[in-house]
Amino acid sequence: MKSNKTVEEINKKIRQGDAVVITAEEVSKMALTLSPEEIINEVDVVTTATFGPMCSSGAFLNFGHSDPPIRMEEISLNNVPASGGLAAVDTFIGATETAKDDPYYGGAHVIYDLIDGKDVLLKARAKGTDCYPRKEIDTYINKKEINEMILFNPRNAYQNYPAATNTTSSTKYTYMGILLPGLGNVTYSTSGELSPLLNDPELRTIGIGTKILLGGAEGFVAWNGTQFNTVRPKNKFGIPTINAATLAVIGNMKDMSTEFIRPAVYEKYGVSIFVGIGIPIPLLNKDIVRTVSIRNEQIETTICDYGRNGHPALGKTNYQQLQSGYIELGGERIQTAPLSSLYKARIIAEDLKNRIQRKKFFLTEPVQLFPKNTSLNGLKIRGKDYE
Amino acid sequence: MSKKYILKFRPSAVEEPVTYCLIKEYDIRVNILRAEIYPGKSGIMLVELDANSIKLKQAISFLQHKDIEVIPFEKRIHLEIEKCVHCGACTAVCCTSALSILNEKSELVFTPDKCVACGLCVKACPLQLFQLQFEE
Ligand code: SF4
Ligand code: SF4
Repeated sequence: MKSNKTVEEINKKIRQGDAVVITAEEVSKMALTLSPEEIINEVDVVTTATFGPMCSSGAFLNFGHSDPPIRMEEISLNNVPASGGLAAVDTFIGATETAKDDPYYGGAHVIYDLIDGKDVLLKARAKGTDCYPRKEIDTYINKKEINEMILFNPRNAYQNYPAATNTTSSTKYTYMGILLPGLGNVTYSTSGELSPLLNDPELRTIGIGTKILLGGAEGFVAWNGTQFNTVRPKNKFGIPTINAATLAVIGNMKDMSTEFIRPAVYEKYGVSIFVGIGIPIPLLNKDIVRTVSIRNEQIETTICDYGRNGHPALGKTNYQQLQSGYIELGGERIQTAPLSSLYKARIIAEDLKNRIQRKKFFLTEPVQLFPKNTSLNGLKIRGKDYE
Repeated sequence: MSKKYILKFRPSAVEEPVTYCLIKEYDIRVNILRAEIYPGKSGIMLVELDANSIKLKQAISFLQHKDIEVIPFEKRIHLEIEKCVHCGACTAVCCTSALSILNEKSELVFTPDKCVACGLCVKACPLQLFQLQFEE
């Protein structure tokens, strides 16, 4: 048996019904007793998944033209503002946008209602032009009637994320959940050894054009995600110990399921959206076997104080500890809780596994790999540059 | 057996030493989990009563006789579990482990018996799946 495979060879095995597919949790367990050589001889594909709140998400919609037509300039969907800056009847609705009259309803809910097949109220205003004379429209739209609904999320599937706690004396309401005062709890938000980018830390198989499961349907990696950072400190297992790489993902919302896209509202923070993502990793060589074999105790993250400005780091922990229900920090035992659903992530990883085994999902090679050595800029507050 | 009840007092009953009677006359272990008095002096209390079932029955009829409304607590907290995504955000604030995902499947398990009605999960659930009624 040779220990290097190509994506094409693996796809051939899938077509013949011979491919062996297991989840990233299963391979991590397997690696306790088998060597990378033995694993690559037995297994062809490992499935990874995550289901967590991902604020940087949204949808492009095309409504079709009315008669007489309108060049929509001010648009709302169920009273949630959408972009009026995209041609006549295209729009983008951001998941975190909030309804004008209801802080518990936002863009995420519009996306959910559209996937669910519900009627959504579209209101638009315009100045009226010779070619688009209509000045206003009030109507209902749904999944069946509109031309396209495309989920496009500029930043999803973070490769690792800090765990959050709060050293101050007041409760903090954050996107990391409710943080109780005086180190009252710790929250974290990745699926650990099942998480996509933690299984491919060097981004060797996941790149632009990789086919994935997005919201329960086939989708693609469109680009590197925003705030893509590949120069974060890494531990001895090659894992960045704080948020690093990200993915921009795209998929046909008409095919998606409300099981894997859910609106979320965090108290005193606002609207977000749970997104389910599954990514297959082809076992092309022993080195990739080694990276997918990573275990929770080897994946470390930084504990940050979300009670204070700049979220200063307080220490490190790993996902085995975080998933055990408590961690020790400075001699104290602190209760931990996740914000992303391991339960749902497992369903997605199993679903992807079944699709590949039933020859419904084939693997892709990236059209282009992600950039290397990219870091982040902060936002400076400054006057206009000297001419 | 130990059970949780919400006790609602009319203004006339607020002055009565009911907890004393429960302990003294009915041999009941009373654990007051939460108590509030509203303007006009009507009151509401969340208590855990621990005794054998005969004593418990007698105590409840004693309370009702004193014009105190006795409502079994389970009826007052509700989780729409069928919509739950098992994210775990509610478990971050539950200090009695009434809410826990520490099991094989990482599935949310709600044990109403352990709940002390702090109300924090109501705010913590990003899907707003909890309803807790502890007021007049
Ligand atoms: S009300 Fe408080 S004790 Fe009861 S389940 Fe919610 S968080 Fe836990
Ligand atoms: S926070 Fe809400 S959705 Fe998440 S586990 Fe708790 S009840 Fe379920």
